[in-house]
Amino acid sequence: MAKTNKAETHPKPQASRARPAQSRAADLDRLIHEPIRLGIVSALAVNDSMTFNELKDLLKTTDGNLSVHARKLEDGQYVACEKYFEGRVPRTEYRLTAAGRRALETYLNHMEALIRATRES
Amino acid sequence: MKPAKVVSINERAFENLKFIRETMERAGSFTAVPGWGGILIGASAVMTALVSSRLPTTRSWFFSWILEAGLAVAIGAWALIQKARAVDSPLLYGPGRKFALSLCPGMIAGAVLTLALYQQHLFAVMPGTWLLLYGVSIVTGGAFSVKVVPVMGLSFMALGMIALFTPFEWANWFMAAGFGGFHLAFGTVIARRYGG
Repeated sequence: MAKTNKAETHPKPQASRARPAQSRAADLDRLIHEPIRLGIVSALAVNDSMTFNELKDLLKTTDGNLSVHARKLEDGQYVACEKYFEGRVPRTEYRLTAAGRRALETYLNHMEALIRATRES
Repeated sequence: MKPAKVVSINERAFENLKFIRETMERAGSFTAVPGWGGILIGASAVMTALVSSRLPTTRSWFFSWILEAGLAVAIGAWALIQKARAVDSPLLYGPGRKFALSLCPGMIAGAVLTLALYQQHLFAVMPGTWLLLYGVSIVTGGAFSVKVVPVMGLSFMALGMIALFTPFEWANWFMAAGFGGFHLAFGTVIARRYGG
């Protein structure tokens, strides 16, 4: 799988408030600016950890889809994945990393800044 | 061909923030607490208070409330499963599981204490103990649910503390006010604000 582009995963710090909305939109973290990945990060932000099946049920998605998006977040080091056996049943558990939590906070700030910028313009 | 709908950056940002908030709510708190179930439990508790106030012995009073507890558990479980299905909130894992497990310690403590108090014929402290420990269960379970649930638990705890220091003659009033009145009042709030 292709590694995620660093420029995409780590957006530039926020510049002045006077920047137009279009310019701010270009700064968005593309790694979490996608519904399934944003859902994974948001769900993990309020839980210590969640299993693959819990995330799948919560986000109403398929195994393949969740797997692909979770892998992208893992590659970007936004989530940490742990695989283990519970009895004979294999489990995959995800946790949000510090980088993932920062990315979500930055993303939320971006969204709020976009709303402010479009109101001001 | 229909032209594609143009969505402004502002609208998209709002939608994203809404999506994040909703996902966090669904992932972090158990929203399937049944309001209508609470109302039914409250109504049955008021009926039990009326019936038990006319019973001739303390022992029959005790068993009428034990019967009511069984009925309330059955109504609560049925209503919980129905609402969890309706709002698509899982019961066996995540916040649903935490909610259920957090309810248990207070309930188990209440059941064991009831047995001990019954053996010692200490009926007078039962209403206060029941209200207090039920409140504790609701507060702990409510930590994983919507805000009104722990508030309901605290109300039960406050009433239980008062009931512990009042004469047994007032028992049915406290039971009717707590298990009846609080369930009816908070059940109505939950049903109105949180979808049934």
